[in-house]
Amino acid sequence: MSDIKKFMFVNRKAPYGTIYALESLEVVLITAAFDQDVSLAFLDDGVFQLKKGQQTKGIEIKNFSPTYRALEGYDVEKLYVMKESMDARGLTEDDLLVPVTVLSSTEMGALMDEQDVVLSF
Amino acid sequence: MKFGIVVNEGPYQHQSADSAYLFAKAAIAKGHEVWRVFFYHDGVNNSSALTEPPQDDRHIVNRWAKLAEEHNVDLVVCVAAALRRGIKDENLAKGFRISGLGQLVEAGTKTDRLVTFGD
Amino acid sequence: MLHIVNKSPLENSSLESCLMVAGSGDVLLIEDAVYAATTGNIFEPKLRAALGKVKVYVLQPDLDARGMGDRLVAGVTSVDYSGFVDLTTTNNTCQSWL
Repeated sequence: MSDIKKFMFVNRKAPYGTIYALESLEVVLITAAFDQDVSLAFLDDGVFQLKKGQQTKGIEIKNFSPTYRALEGYDVEKLYVMKESMDARGLTEDDLLVPVTVLSSTEMGALMDEQDVVLSF
Repeated sequence: MKFGIVVNEGPYQHQSADSAYLFAKAAIAKGHEVWRVFFYHDGVNNSSALTEPPQDDRHIVNRWAKLAEEHNVDLVVCVAAALRRGIKDENLAKGFRISGLGQLVEAGTKTDRLVTFGD
Repeated sequence: MLHIVNKSPLENSSLESCLMVAGSGDVLLIEDAVYAATTGNIFEPKLRAALGKVKVYVLQPDLDARGMGDRLVAGVTSVDYSGFVDLTTTNNTCQSWL
């Protein structure tokens, strides 16, 4: 595919309660495989997707959180977390599975404005 | 302009399939092209041939098929999401096709605007 | 860019997050988010405050369907589906706050 666009995936939902986080990740991997310029944004409860220490054995749903750590291997390195969302949930960068860039809501808005395609799940 | 549309929720349960359809119809009426509608998450249920709403209700599945036929809209159902939810070629409604997530990426790269409807 | 919101602000924080992030641009309220464009509810002051920053539109068919067509907050612009399509073309991108 010759046309490269800036894709941003906006994740605003917690994992496991609904399937959105997992199926969003599946699109992210495919989009990266199509050599697009991929960014991930985590806002609101989406921040919980990146929480360390997820253990899903007791709910019999596959723990897909290791996939976030594998994103680097797909050249997906632009992960942004909104500061206000993290603060509101009592989380810090140390609680997260992967290195992220923390942005204020204003910076997040500016970054969204720069995208060609914004997909939100 | 060339539009791509993403539908993430099933018919009847959530208004998103109705909103997406009415948006597509309005875009076409204004002379735009709706190039592809991509059905993801529970949105894949929009393609079930087994759908039988009461007579006095809108038929969401057939309505998509008619739009596709009349205006050459590519109705693509995500294979991974479809298999999870029991949608296969044998119960796929006319006018739809099952394909991979790459078709969603393409709906982003090959259109001018991608508009998402969901919950 | 165009921000599309479809949740009632009385039970979900999507609109509030959207208004926090959307520095400027257009916000379109559809489906259950149309309640945010009506008078008399506890979200109204927040919507009025946002009107100075962003331009707010509401999808009239969704408002009418919910019997709220006569309670539109002044300063909110009502559009039909054709107007919805126009908003997606006049803005370079759109995001749905699902």
